[in-house]
Amino acid sequence: MVEKVKVRIDGEVIAATAGQTILEVARANSKYIPALCYMEGLSATGACRLCVVEVSGVARLVPACTTPVAEGQSVVTSTPQIESYRKIALELLFAERNHVCAVCVSSGHCELQALAQEHGVTHVRYPYSCPRLPVDTTHPRYVLDHNRCILCGRCVRTCAEIEGAHVWDVAGRGIGSHLVSELQRPWGEATTCTSCGKCVQACPTGAMAEKGWAVEEMTKHKTVVSRLTSMREGS
Amino acid sequence: MDKVKIGTCWLDGCSGCHMSLLDVDESIVTILRKADIVYGPLVDAQEWPEGTDVAIIEGAVSSQDDRELVQTARARSKYLIALGDCAVTGNVPSMRNGIAVRKLLERVYVEGADVSAGIPTDGVPPLLRQAEPLRQTVKVDLHVPGCPPRPNAILMVLSELLEGREPDLGSKLRFG
Repeated sequence: MVEKVKVRIDGEVIAATAGQTILEVARANSKYIPALCYMEGLSATGACRLCVVEVSGVARLVPACTTPVAEGQSVVTSTPQIESYRKIALELLFAERNHVCAVCVSSGHCELQALAQEHGVTHVRYPYSCPRLPVDTTHPRYVLDHNRCILCGRCVRTCAEIEGAHVWDVAGRGIGSHLVSELQRPWGEATTCTSCGKCVQACPTGAMAEKGWAVEEMTKHKTVVSRLTSMREGS
Repeated sequence: MDKVKIGTCWLDGCSGCHMSLLDVDESIVTILRKADIVYGPLVDAQEWPEGTDVAIIEGAVSSQDDRELVQTARARSKYLIALGDCAVTGNVPSMRNGIAVRKLLERVYVEGADVSAGIPTDGVPPLLRQAEPLRQTVKVDLHVPGCPPRPNAILMVLSELLEGREPDLGSKLRFG
């Protein structure tokens, strides 16, 4: 027996199923909450903090993607405070690595860039950390540019949960966290990689791209991952 | 009524933002009915004049000269605009920031040179440790991102300022 719960999102009473997250319920009911690390069909990790919302009775903001709905819960998806925190989260992502949109294959099709524009980010208020980061071009078909990676982990989860290969992981801690393929082996030498390319399609920025594209040319098929999950669930 | 005095300059940039400014086409005539360009690559003045109303700065702050020029522009202008991604974020010039200046110059002018290898020092300003957005050197009143910003965005900004209004860029512009 599926347990039903009633929640309020921005004042509207919505019937949901127990176990669903706030983000799932909101999106199913055409309520917009921005997110970068969330992708339909993958597990949620709450990494990017863009989906933070207010929940009645909770003193701090909570990520909508990992917070389950509860009976009688009242959720607010947008306030000046929430918007200012989302803007800060976006600016810190830009400051952390070298996002040079002008020379990026994904410019114009990038989720980070689009969310920054949507939130009116015209500049970054924090000093850029300008780290020196490598670009892995060893794979014959794909390229990984760490400069553009926001560590959302969508590629990690796609490879582990959908493809079942688990080539990707995040190594290191804090500011030193970085993506690794197969225990630090270059991508092109990773024997478990099936070259399916779903990690590339799941990547929200230009960090992972197909080779051979110039600036603004890399468009991604975001629905691939979500569609595979829903088809498998249906079978 | 006195005309509004506009100064422009480009620091570490490609001049693309100035091109975009010129790409407002005949609208420049409307702007120049209300404003004079008193300094910049488009006019002859040798020094940034005192009492400038609006400073439009393209490019990142990358050398000692860049820093001095933007500080002069700031000191002598009421309102300062960072025009384009290099001025706003550091953009392409900042891609050198992870490399030590000495190593960078040696790679380009010594290892990369077929003839006359040697780091140039005569007549060129010393590079700063990093190419930085303007706001890390001076107070910026308005950031106009884009590589380059679209001509109609520049036109909107200037028209609003000439009407005495603060331009509201909202969500109209993106980086890149």
